[in-house]
Amino acid sequence: MKIVVTIVGKDQVGIIASVSSILADNNVNILNVNQNIMDGFFNMVLIAEMTDDKLKLADLQKLLKEKGEAMRLEIKVQHQDIFNSMHTI
Amino acid sequence: MITIDDILETNRMITENKLDVRTITMGISLRDCAHPNITQFCQNVYDKITKSAEFLVKTGEEIESEYGIPIIHKRVSVTPIAIAAEACKTDTYVPVAEALDRAAKEVGINFIGGFSALVEKGFTNGDRILLNSIPQALASTSLVCSSVNLGSTKAGINMDCVREMGEIIKRTAELTRDEQAIGCAKLVVFANAPGDNPFMAGAFHGVSEAERVVSVGVSGPGVVKHALEGLKGADFTEVAETIKKTAFKITRVGQLVAREASKRLGVPFGIIDLSLAPTPAVGDSVANVLEEMGLESCGAPGTTAALALLNDAVKKGGLMASSHVGGLSGAFIPVSEDQGMIDAINAGSLSIEKLEAMTCVCSVGLDMIAIEGDTSAATISGIIADEAAIGMINNKTTAVRIIPVPGKKVGDVVEYGGLLGYCPIVPVRNKFSSEAFIARGGRIPAPVRSLTN
Repeated sequence: MKIVVTIVGKDQVGIIASVSSILADNNVNILNVNQNIMDGFFNMVLIAEMTDDKLKLADLQKLLKEKGEAMRLEIKVQHQDIFNSMHTI
Repeated sequence: MITIDDILETNRMITENKLDVRTITMGISLRDCAHPNITQFCQNVYDKITKSAEFLVKTGEEIESEYGIPIIHKRVSVTPIAIAAEACKTDTYVPVAEALDRAAKEVGINFIGGFSALVEKGFTNGDRILLNSIPQALASTSLVCSSVNLGSTKAGINMDCVREMGEIIKRTAELTRDEQAIGCAKLVVFANAPGDNPFMAGAFHGVSEAERVVSVGVSGPGVVKHALEGLKGADFTEVAETIKKTAFKITRVGQLVAREASKRLGVPFGIIDLSLAPTPAVGDSVANVLEEMGLESCGAPGTTAALALLNDAVKKGGLMASSHVGGLSGAFIPVSEDQGMIDAINAGSLSIEKLEAMTCVCSVGLDMIAIEGDTSAATISGIIADEAAIGMINNKTTAVRIIPVPGKKVGDVVEYGGLLGYCPIVPVRNKFSSEAFIARGGRIPAPVRSLTN
């Protein structure tokens, strides 16, 4: 299952490291990353694939949400199908 | 392959433009619950609803979280109770409404629709009992919605029922006067009511529907308004094209949610209702979409044309995005639930009369309009008759959900809270009597379908 992770918040050291280590720990393979800084704000959209059948999306959402709260970032994890549905026929 | 821009656009629609899926509604047939003993019937109804919809709310919440799209309501519609309860030996269906209310609370939904009767041609005994039970049923329950279909293009208009509904609305208002006549916000009078509408208060599970179905109502006036903001001065061809494309995108999300809900609940997919349903939140207004087209205030000359274009383009865009379309499908114009409509009423730009004209080209009818409490039953019946006539002649659904708030006058405001919003008392300007007209009763014959001028 492919997922889309969006991260928004004040730029700081270790955002990508923290998020990608959580993904790696859970066997989530990163496919595409787009990141920039605008006015000191960190924006990242990351597309990844969950390879572990036992991992539930809700659990991954919880892990990343907790990390986001600790680092004062807004981290959103969504099933990729909502974007496919809306933008492809 | 989706692009970063696609992802950002979708998430902007959700966070900034208030895109949501308005409702997942499970339709449940109660035809097999019939029993002569009303206590047993109520038990059958309660058991069937609580078993069928046990996982509806949980499933809705899971989909909401996985896809990151808010799903505002999870609801249930049932077979019109006048049909389902007809075998009961009783003179009131109030206990049935109470059983529906208990079942709705048990499964955690926020409304249950189907305390309804379909009487466009005449009344059965069950229909009579249901109509008489409406005021008390709406006063003694909080989640039950009621609807009455009293006209259709094929059958004409049941004017006896039109007369009675004026009185029933007044009685309902009186019995719920402590809550600003909120009972009337849960009561819709229809012509050409669809049996697959997922939206409240008019949802019921039509007699030709399957045992159980899952239908989805989409929304998104904020998204349409945002799309039009980039089109200042563009001609109407471009406006219509943009609305179509936006409606397509909105509906695709609805289709995804419907498909997932159907799969996870093991219940067949019914329809997508392609609707622009506003909420009182700023930026989620159908009136503001019309104003974005160039009207200073909703209600100004040109409003009906703007609404016609909007309604049509939403359908054209949405149709290709979904495998089955039904329900009301179009733009809703409820007054209390739309901040732009409320502003237009307050500015003196929008009136009941203009709203009536707008109902000729939009999805439903006079919706969530608070009027003075001393408005006579005959005047309310006259308003209902006019709306039903528009629906009958134009072969479309029309409806009246009007609230005569006891003790309130023009200048007062009634507050319902949540998605029902608030409403200034809207003046019924014409003070002349409809009494003798409404007193006639009988039926207005079905109209001729050719020579359509």
